[in-house]
Amino acid sequence: MKGEGFLTRNISALTRAMESILLSEDLARAPGLLQGLDARIKVVTFLLFIVTVGLAKSLPVLGGICLLVLALAFLSRIPLGFFLKRVMLFIPIFTAVIAIPALFITPGDSLVTIAGKTVITEQGARTAGLLVLRVVDSLSFGVLLMLTTPWTRLLGALRWLRLPSLFVAILSMTYRYIFLLLHTANNMFMARRSRTVGRLSGGENRRWLGRTLTTTLAKSHHLSEEIYLAMLSRGYRGEVLALDNLSLRRRDFFWGAFALVAASVLLWLNLQ
Amino acid sequence: MHIPDGYISPATAGTMYALTVPFWYVASRRVRQALTQRTVPVLAVFAAFSFILQMFNVPLPGGTTGHAVGGTLLAIVLGPWAAVLGITVVLAIQALFFGDGGILALGANCFNMAVVLPLVGYFVYKVVSSGSEATSSRRLLAAVMGSYMAINVAAFFTALELGVQPHFFHTADGTPLYAPYGLNEALPAMMGGHLIIAGPIEALVTGLVFAYLQRSHSSLIMAEAPRKSEGKLWLLWGALALVAFATPLGLLASGTAWGEWASEELKGLGLGFIPRGLERFEGWWPAPVPDYGWPKMGAVIGYILSAFVGVALVAFLCWGVGRRLSRRGLPRGEPSLGGLPKDEG
Repeated sequence: MKGEGFLTRNISALTRAMESILLSEDLARAPGLLQGLDARIKVVTFLLFIVTVGLAKSLPVLGGICLLVLALAFLSRIPLGFFLKRVMLFIPIFTAVIAIPALFITPGDSLVTIAGKTVITEQGARTAGLLVLRVVDSLSFGVLLMLTTPWTRLLGALRWLRLPSLFVAILSMTYRYIFLLLHTANNMFMARRSRTVGRLSGGENRRWLGRTLTTTLAKSHHLSEEIYLAMLSRGYRGEVLALDNLSLRRRDFFWGAFALVAASVLLWLNLQ
Repeated sequence: MHIPDGYISPATAGTMYALTVPFWYVASRRVRQALTQRTVPVLAVFAAFSFILQMFNVPLPGGTTGHAVGGTLLAIVLGPWAAVLGITVVLAIQALFFGDGGILALGANCFNMAVVLPLVGYFVYKVVSSGSEATSSRRLLAAVMGSYMAINVAAFFTALELGVQPHFFHTADGTPLYAPYGLNEALPAMMGGHLIIAGPIEALVTGLVFAYLQRSHSSLIMAEAPRKSEGKLWLLWGALALVAFATPLGLLASGTAWGEWASEELKGLGLGFIPRGLERFEGWWPAPVPDYGWPKMGAVIGYILSAFVGVALVAFLCWGVGRRLSRRGLPRGEPSLGGLPKDEG
């Protein structure tokens, strides 16, 4: 069971990664509020929101931002259960666990006392709340951006933002080959599983993993050579050209204005 | 080790971006020189590989699993600067698609995992393996040591970035605004986890892959351009000097580094007795630079000077050992077949 568990766990992890990327592409092409906006304005305004989250210093402001994200997700017709699962699983839970000791060890005014001794301080509770809410808020904006923007559009926006073209080109190709390699690796695990009868020891599994990884590495090397030749044969001369058909419409300006006002109001409330 | 958004202040995040940009610049120039037109396909596929590598669950004793980063491995196969770019791409994709690491914190994450990790890993690998054959066990040892050191140094930087948050960013009533734990808590927590768990996993995976590469794909390891320029090493030295200059950060930590307590402090830590051996040996070594401070000099200057002296001593030692080993080693530079042109660190 142990050996099979390890193989199965890998197969499901790799499959989940593929599914998760594909699903976000599906949602990004569905109709909705944010899906209808230009990718450039979305990237800029979402960055503005994430910075606002970073600068916010009060719990109510961070809570308000949380509601704003949920409203945006709802208006973009993203299933809320799915959205919450995507945001809340793992990182916020992990953060909450990390924040627990801060409740007790942060020095300050007492909030909860047991038998006359301060157990939880006000400062401790606030810092834990700030950390968790801030993580949830920033993560929600990131997830929302990815769920409502097709990858190619996002790359176009990054090019427009003057990120080095070399970097954007590598980013776009990496995305493509992640799928291929995920598929390849998955097949190797499947093949191994189909040939595995009985138990394998941990050492055996580790050795096999080493071989599989190395084979994937060698395959990658081979693949990169083939891709390079294919690119050359199509006239590649070291420069990557892309067709970005991004266009600003009236609603993009409305959204931009809304985002600017919302961020300013949030920051102003923050100072109060 | 991926720092999510919210753990560090926007000011820290900005600083870390500013620190990382020069490395990105140098990396992209050097990689373009070495790989020319191949840059895009090679880096894309290897970045995809390193993404997959991080997804693999490694079976650990006791039925649990963990995963590796693989930065040192990438630096060994592609060269350190190509690894800088490759891991940067991976971190960007992880941040965007999986929320693994923040978007504002991407600069910090890239500094720790895409700059410090591959450069340290490659440096250690180079020093330990210098002059050895592609299939020698010393080279395997070099890869294992490099990956273990690299991930721990990267974790150390991560802990520093997290640990300074409450010192710098808190409200008037003392509420920490970002990561709530100071260096005294962040450093031991982070380093403990990495020295004992993440480091060995990284070393294990690097070792397994490297050993198999040696046996069946040794061209990928020895694909090194003839050593044309030791002079380019100044970049590494520059980075090291920068780190040395940053050592006064250590002054921000009140208290003593984990495991470096003096015996009085051990008493304070709740150890009612002092291990007898410790008592006997304490003060036996007449440190020429006690507590890293030079007499009659500002603490900061003392710290920086100590860092430089320390770096120089370690470098001298490594150089000496490297020379001895390389004299014993076999002639290097057998022509590589099918390997990648690589940028030499």
